[in-house]
Amino acid sequence: MHVPDGFLDAPTSAATAVVAAVGVAAALRGARRELDDRTAPLAGLVAVFVFAAQMLNFPVGAGTSGHLIGGALAAVLVGPFTATLALTVVLLIQALAFADGGLSALGTNVTLMGLVAVWGGYAVFLLARAILPKRVASVPIAAAVSAFVSVPLTALAFAFLFSVGGQAPIEFSTLAATMVGWHTLIGLGEGAITFLAVGAITATRPDLVFGAHGLLTARELEIRTAASV
Amino acid sequence: MTPARHLSTRSLIVIGLALSAALAGVLSFYASSHPDGLEFVARTLGFEHTAADHATGSSPVADYAVQGVDNARLSGGLAGLIGIVLVGLVMFALARLLRRRSNDA
Repeated sequence: MHVPDGFLDAPTSAATAVVAAVGVAAALRGARRELDDRTAPLAGLVAVFVFAAQMLNFPVGAGTSGHLIGGALAAVLVGPFTATLALTVVLLIQALAFADGGLSALGTNVTLMGLVAVWGGYAVFLLARAILPKRVASVPIAAAVSAFVSVPLTALAFAFLFSVGGQAPIEFSTLAATMVGWHTLIGLGEGAITFLAVGAITATRPDLVFGAHGLLTARELEIRTAASV
Repeated sequence: MTPARHLSTRSLIVIGLALSAALAGVLSFYASSHPDGLEFVARTLGFEHTAADHATGSSPVADYAVQGVDNARLSGGLAGLIGIVLVGLVMFALARLLRRRSNDA
Protein backbone atom coordinates (compact mmCIF):
# COMPACT_ATOMS: atom_id res chain seq x y z
CA MET A 1 0.00 0.00 0.00
CA HIS A 2 2.94 2.32 -0.63
CA VAL A 3 1.58 5.73 -1.58
CA PRO A 4 3.61 7.33 -4.40
CA ASP A 5 4.38 11.03 -4.76
CA GLY A 6 1.54 13.00 -6.28
CA PHE A 7 -1.51 11.13 -4.98
CA LEU A 8 -2.01 13.60 -2.12
CA ASP A 9 -1.62 17.39 -2.24
CA ALA A 10 1.21 19.19 -0.44
CA PRO A 11 -0.78 20.33 2.65
CA THR A 12 -2.07 16.80 3.29
CA SER A 13 1.39 15.30 2.76
CA ALA A 14 2.86 17.88 5.13
CA ALA A 15 0.18 17.21 7.74
CA THR A 16 0.83 13.46 7.64
CA ALA A 17 4.56 14.17 7.87
CA VAL A 18 3.92 16.05 11.13
CA VAL A 19 1.75 13.20 12.44
CA ALA A 20 4.47 10.71 11.47
CA ALA A 21 7.22 12.79 13.10
CA VAL A 22 5.27 13.07 16.37
CA GLY A 23 4.53 9.34 16.24
CA VAL A 24 8.15 8.37 15.60
CA ALA A 25 9.36 10.72 18.37
CA ALA A 26 6.93 9.07 20.79
CA ALA A 27 8.06 5.64 19.56
CA LEU A 28 11.72 6.50 20.18
CA ARG A 29 10.81 7.18 23.82
CA GLY A 30 8.36 4.31 24.21
CA ALA A 31 10.64 1.71 22.62
CA ARG A 32 13.12 2.19 25.47
CA ARG A 33 10.60 0.48 27.74
CA GLU A 34 10.03 -2.37 25.29
CA LEU A 35 13.63 -3.16 24.39
CA ASP A 36 16.18 -4.80 26.64
CA ASP A 37 19.33 -6.85 26.12
CA ARG A 38 17.30 -9.97 25.36
CA THR A 39 14.71 -8.54 22.98
CA ALA A 40 16.74 -5.93 21.05
CA PRO A 41 18.06 -8.43 18.44
CA LEU A 42 14.49 -9.60 17.72
CA ALA A 43 13.59 -6.01 16.78
CA GLY A 44 16.34 -6.06 14.15
CA LEU A 45 15.15 -9.40 12.81
CA VAL A 46 11.52 -8.24 12.65
CA ALA A 47 12.45 -5.20 10.53
CA VAL A 48 14.52 -7.38 8.17
CA PHE A 49 11.74 -9.97 7.88
CA VAL A 50 9.11 -7.29 7.17
CA PHE A 51 11.31 -5.85 4.41
CA ALA A 52 11.82 -9.29 2.87
CA ALA A 53 8.15 -10.28 3.13
CA GLN A 54 7.04 -6.97 1.57
CA MET A 55 8.88 -8.01 -1.61
CA LEU A 56 6.63 -11.04 -1.93
CA ASN A 57 3.45 -9.92 -3.65
CA PHE A 58 0.86 -12.68 -3.63
CA PRO A 59 -1.98 -12.72 -6.18
CA VAL A 60 -5.45 -11.91 -4.88
CA GLY A 61 -7.36 -12.37 -8.13
CA ALA A 62 -8.51 -10.23 -11.07
CA GLY A 63 -4.98 -9.05 -11.81
CA THR A 64 -4.36 -7.66 -8.35
CA SER A 65 -1.71 -8.54 -5.81
CA GLY A 66 -0.96 -7.71 -2.21
CA HIS A 67 1.93 -8.05 0.18
CA LEU A 68 2.45 -8.10 3.91
CA ILE A 69 2.37 -4.77 5.74
CA GLY A 70 3.72 -6.35 8.92
CA GLY A 71 2.48 -3.72 11.36
CA ALA A 72 0.45 -6.08 13.53
CA LEU A 73 3.12 -8.79 13.24
CA ALA A 74 5.81 -6.43 14.51
CA ALA A 75 3.61 -5.00 17.28
CA VAL A 76 2.87 -8.46 18.68
CA LEU A 77 6.47 -9.65 18.48
CA VAL A 78 8.40 -6.61 19.75
CA GLY A 79 5.79 -4.16 21.08
CA PRO A 80 3.93 -1.33 19.29
CA PHE A 81 6.49 1.45 19.88
CA THR A 82 9.34 -0.67 18.54
CA ALA A 83 7.06 -1.81 15.70
CA THR A 84 6.50 1.82 14.66
CA LEU A 85 10.29 2.24 14.50
CA ALA A 86 10.78 -1.00 12.56
CA LEU A 87 8.15 -0.08 9.95
CA THR A 88 9.59 3.44 9.71
CA VAL A 89 13.08 2.06 9.02
CA VAL A 90 11.70 -0.28 6.33
CA LEU A 91 9.68 2.52 4.68
CA LEU A 92 12.63 4.93 4.85
CA ILE A 93 15.01 2.50 3.11
CA GLN A 94 12.32 1.57 0.55
CA ALA A 95 11.66 5.22 -0.32
CA LEU A 96 15.32 6.32 -0.37
CA ALA A 97 17.00 3.36 -2.04
CA PHE A 98 14.31 1.41 -3.88
CA ALA A 99 11.98 4.20 -5.12
CA ASP A 100 9.12 2.31 -3.44
CA GLY A 101 6.72 4.78 -1.83
CA GLY A 102 7.15 8.47 -2.55
CA LEU A 103 9.62 10.74 -0.76
CA SER A 104 7.06 13.50 -0.18
CA ALA A 105 4.66 10.66 0.71
CA LEU A 106 7.04 9.19 3.31
CA GLY A 107 5.08 10.85 6.14
CA THR A 108 1.86 9.47 4.66
CA ASN A 109 3.27 5.96 4.44
CA VAL A 110 4.71 6.07 7.96
CA THR A 111 1.35 7.34 9.23
CA LEU A 112 -0.56 4.59 7.41
CA MET A 113 1.71 1.58 7.92
CA GLY A 114 3.84 2.63 10.91
CA LEU A 115 1.03 4.12 12.97
CA VAL A 116 -2.44 3.02 11.75
CA ALA A 117 -1.49 -0.58 10.89
CA VAL A 118 0.73 -0.97 13.97
CA TRP A 119 -1.47 0.64 16.62
CA GLY A 120 -4.79 -0.36 15.06
CA GLY A 121 -3.48 -3.88 14.78
CA TYR A 122 -2.16 -3.84 18.33
CA ALA A 123 -5.51 -2.63 19.70
CA VAL A 124 -7.32 -5.49 17.92
CA PHE A 125 -4.66 -7.91 19.22
CA LEU A 126 -5.27 -6.83 22.83
CA LEU A 127 -9.01 -7.21 22.33
CA ALA A 128 -8.70 -10.65 20.72
CA ARG A 129 -6.24 -11.82 23.39
CA ALA A 130 -8.65 -10.72 26.12
CA ILE A 131 -11.44 -12.79 24.58
CA LEU A 132 -9.37 -15.91 23.83
CA PRO A 133 -8.22 -18.38 26.54
CA LYS A 134 -5.32 -17.06 28.63
CA ARG A 135 -2.73 -19.29 26.98
CA VAL A 136 0.41 -18.68 24.96
CA ALA A 137 -1.22 -20.69 22.15
CA SER A 138 -3.81 -17.89 21.81
CA VAL A 139 -1.14 -15.36 20.85
CA PRO A 140 -0.66 -16.40 17.18
CA ILE A 141 -4.44 -16.59 16.72
CA ALA A 142 -4.99 -13.12 18.19
CA ALA A 143 -2.07 -11.87 16.09
CA ALA A 144 -3.59 -13.31 12.90
CA VAL A 145 -6.97 -11.70 13.63
CA SER A 146 -5.32 -8.34 14.33
CA ALA A 147 -3.21 -8.58 11.15
CA PHE A 148 -6.30 -9.39 9.08
CA VAL A 149 -8.21 -6.37 10.45
CA SER A 150 -5.21 -4.01 10.20
CA VAL A 151 -5.10 -4.14 6.37
CA PRO A 152 -8.66 -2.91 5.54
CA LEU A 153 -8.30 -0.47 8.45
CA THR A 154 -5.18 1.01 6.85
CA ALA A 155 -6.94 1.05 3.46
CA LEU A 156 -9.81 2.99 5.05
CA ALA A 157 -7.32 5.48 6.52
CA PHE A 158 -5.86 6.01 3.03
CA ALA A 159 -9.36 6.61 1.62
CA PHE A 160 -9.90 9.22 4.34
CA LEU A 161 -6.61 10.98 3.50
CA PHE A 162 -7.47 10.91 -0.20
CA SER A 163 -10.87 12.46 0.50
CA VAL A 164 -9.06 15.28 2.31
CA GLY A 165 -6.19 15.90 -0.10
CA GLY A 166 -6.45 13.56 -3.07
CA GLN A 167 -5.40 14.99 -6.43
CA ALA A 168 -8.43 13.56 -8.24
CA PRO A 169 -12.15 14.00 -7.54
CA ILE A 170 -13.08 10.52 -6.33
CA GLU A 171 -16.06 10.13 -4.02
CA PHE A 172 -15.06 8.98 -0.53
CA SER A 173 -17.69 6.24 -0.30
CA THR A 174 -16.64 4.74 -3.65
CA LEU A 175 -12.94 4.86 -2.82
CA ALA A 176 -13.45 3.55 0.73
CA ALA A 177 -15.60 0.64 -0.46
CA THR A 178 -13.15 -0.34 -3.25
CA MET A 179 -10.06 0.02 -1.05
CA VAL A 180 -11.57 -1.89 1.88
CA GLY A 181 -12.95 -4.58 -0.43
CA TRP A 182 -9.61 -5.45 -2.05
CA HIS A 183 -7.65 -5.02 1.14
CA THR A 184 -9.94 -7.38 3.03
CA LEU A 185 -8.76 -10.06 0.59
CA ILE A 186 -5.14 -8.99 1.04
CA GLY A 187 -5.77 -9.06 4.80
CA LEU A 188 -6.33 -12.82 4.60
CA GLY A 189 -2.74 -13.19 3.39
CA GLU A 190 -1.55 -10.79 6.07
CA GLY A 191 -3.32 -12.90 8.71
CA ALA A 192 -1.87 -16.16 7.39
CA ILE A 193 1.75 -14.90 7.22
CA THR A 194 1.42 -13.29 10.66
CA PHE A 195 0.01 -16.51 12.12
CA LEU A 196 2.97 -18.50 10.79
CA ALA A 197 5.64 -15.99 11.85
CA VAL A 198 4.26 -15.29 15.33
CA GLY A 199 3.47 -19.00 15.72
CA ALA A 200 7.06 -19.97 14.90
CA ILE A 201 8.60 -17.57 17.42
CA THR A 202 5.96 -18.32 20.08
CA ALA A 203 6.61 -22.06 19.72
CA THR A 204 10.37 -21.73 20.10
CA ARG A 205 10.95 -18.68 22.30
CA PRO A 206 7.68 -17.47 23.87
CA ASP A 207 9.72 -15.53 26.44
CA LEU A 208 10.86 -13.13 23.69
CA VAL A 209 7.36 -12.40 22.37
CA PHE A 210 6.03 -9.06 23.60
CA GLY A 211 2.40 -10.05 23.12
CA ALA A 212 2.88 -13.17 25.28
CA HIS A 213 4.00 -11.24 28.35
CA GLY A 214 1.85 -12.16 31.33
CA LEU A 215 0.55 -15.31 29.70
CA LEU A 216 3.90 -17.02 30.10
CA THR A 217 4.00 -16.45 33.86
CA ALA A 218 0.57 -17.98 34.22
CA ARG A 219 1.66 -20.99 32.19
CA GLU A 220 4.80 -21.47 34.23
CA LEU A 221 2.79 -21.49 37.44
CA GLU A 222 0.51 -24.10 35.94
CA ILE A 223 3.45 -26.35 35.09
CA ARG A 224 5.00 -26.03 38.53
CA THR A 225 1.69 -26.91 40.19
CA ALA A 226 1.34 -29.98 38.03
CA ALA A 227 4.93 -31.04 38.73
CA SER A 228 4.54 -30.74 42.50
CA VAL A 229 1.46 -32.96 42.63
CA MET B 1 13.75 -19.42 33.67
CA THR B 2 11.47 -21.30 31.27
CA PRO B 3 11.45 -25.06 30.98
CA ALA B 4 13.95 -26.37 28.42
CA ARG B 5 15.02 -23.43 26.30
CA HIS B 6 15.39 -25.18 22.96
CA LEU B 7 16.74 -22.39 20.81
CA SER B 8 19.25 -19.71 21.77
CA THR B 9 18.47 -16.12 20.80
CA ARG B 10 21.51 -16.14 18.54
CA SER B 11 20.32 -19.25 16.67
CA LEU B 12 16.82 -17.80 16.33
CA ILE B 13 18.17 -14.56 14.84
CA VAL B 14 20.54 -16.40 12.47
CA ILE B 15 17.75 -18.71 11.26
CA GLY B 16 15.38 -15.74 10.87
CA LEU B 17 17.93 -13.73 8.91
CA ALA B 18 18.71 -16.71 6.66
CA LEU B 19 15.00 -17.20 5.97
CA SER B 20 14.58 -13.47 5.22
CA ALA B 21 17.58 -13.59 2.86
CA ALA B 22 16.04 -16.56 1.05
CA LEU B 23 12.71 -14.74 0.74
CA ALA B 24 14.20 -11.46 -0.52
CA GLY B 25 17.07 -12.98 -2.48
CA VAL B 26 15.44 -15.98 -4.15
CA LEU B 27 11.68 -16.29 -3.64
CA SER B 28 11.04 -12.62 -4.54
CA PHE B 29 11.64 -13.55 -8.20
CA TYR B 30 8.43 -15.55 -8.11
CA ALA B 31 6.35 -12.79 -6.52
CA SER B 32 3.24 -11.65 -8.37
CA SER B 33 3.94 -8.77 -10.74
CA HIS B 34 0.31 -7.66 -10.77
CA PRO B 35 -0.34 -4.16 -9.41
CA ASP B 36 -0.87 -4.13 -5.65
CA GLY B 37 -4.22 -3.28 -4.06
CA LEU B 38 -3.66 0.48 -4.03
CA GLU B 39 -2.29 0.60 -7.61
CA PHE B 40 -5.18 -1.53 -8.81
CA VAL B 41 -7.77 0.66 -7.12
CA ALA B 42 -6.05 3.79 -8.48
CA ARG B 43 -6.22 2.30 -11.96
CA THR B 44 -9.86 1.18 -11.58
CA LEU B 45 -11.10 4.50 -10.22
CA GLY B 46 -8.92 6.53 -12.57
CA PHE B 47 -6.51 8.39 -10.31
CA GLU B 48 -3.38 6.42 -11.17
CA HIS B 49 -2.19 9.28 -13.42
CA THR B 50 -1.78 11.57 -10.39
CA ALA B 51 1.30 9.59 -9.31
CA ALA B 52 4.49 11.54 -9.96
CA ASP B 53 7.86 10.17 -11.04
CA HIS B 54 9.86 9.03 -8.06
CA ALA B 55 12.48 11.40 -6.69
CA THR B 56 14.92 8.52 -6.10
CA GLY B 57 14.05 6.76 -9.37
CA SER B 58 17.69 6.94 -10.47
CA SER B 59 18.96 5.08 -7.39
CA PRO B 60 21.24 2.13 -8.30
CA VAL B 61 18.67 -0.25 -6.78
CA ALA B 62 15.47 1.59 -7.79
CA ASP B 63 12.44 -0.67 -8.23
CA TYR B 64 14.29 -3.60 -6.65
CA ALA B 65 16.66 -4.08 -9.58
CA VAL B 66 20.42 -3.53 -9.46
CA GLN B 67 21.42 -1.19 -12.26
CA GLY B 68 23.76 -2.80 -14.78
CA VAL B 69 22.81 -6.37 -13.87
CA ASP B 70 20.83 -7.70 -16.81
CA ASN B 71 19.75 -11.06 -15.40
CA ALA B 72 16.39 -10.33 -13.74
CA ARG B 73 16.74 -13.13 -11.22
CA LEU B 74 20.19 -11.95 -10.14
CA SER B 75 19.34 -8.25 -10.26
CA GLY B 76 16.22 -8.59 -8.12
CA GLY B 77 17.81 -11.04 -5.71
CA LEU B 78 20.83 -8.81 -5.18
CA ALA B 79 18.58 -5.79 -4.61
CA GLY B 80 16.67 -7.79 -2.00
CA LEU B 81 19.87 -8.76 -0.20
CA ILE B 82 21.12 -5.16 -0.29
CA GLY B 83 17.82 -4.05 1.24
CA ILE B 84 18.13 -6.63 3.99
CA VAL B 85 21.63 -5.42 4.86
CA LEU B 86 20.52 -1.76 4.90
CA VAL B 87 17.39 -2.37 6.99
CA GLY B 88 19.31 -4.72 9.30
CA LEU B 89 22.19 -2.30 9.88
CA VAL B 90 19.82 0.53 10.82
CA MET B 91 17.35 -1.44 12.95
CA PHE B 92 19.85 -3.62 14.86
CA ALA B 93 21.86 -0.47 15.68
CA LEU B 94 18.77 1.52 16.68
CA ALA B 95 17.42 -1.26 18.92
CA ARG B 96 20.84 -1.69 20.51
CA LEU B 97 21.06 2.04 21.16
CA LEU B 98 17.59 2.27 22.75
CA ARG B 99 17.61 -0.92 24.83
CA ARG B 100 17.71 -0.99 28.59
CA ARG B 101 21.05 -2.33 29.77
CA SER B 102 20.80 -5.24 32.19
CA ASN B 103 23.88 -4.08 34.14
CA ASP B 104 22.61 -1.15 36.22
CA ALA B 105 25.86 0.76 36.20
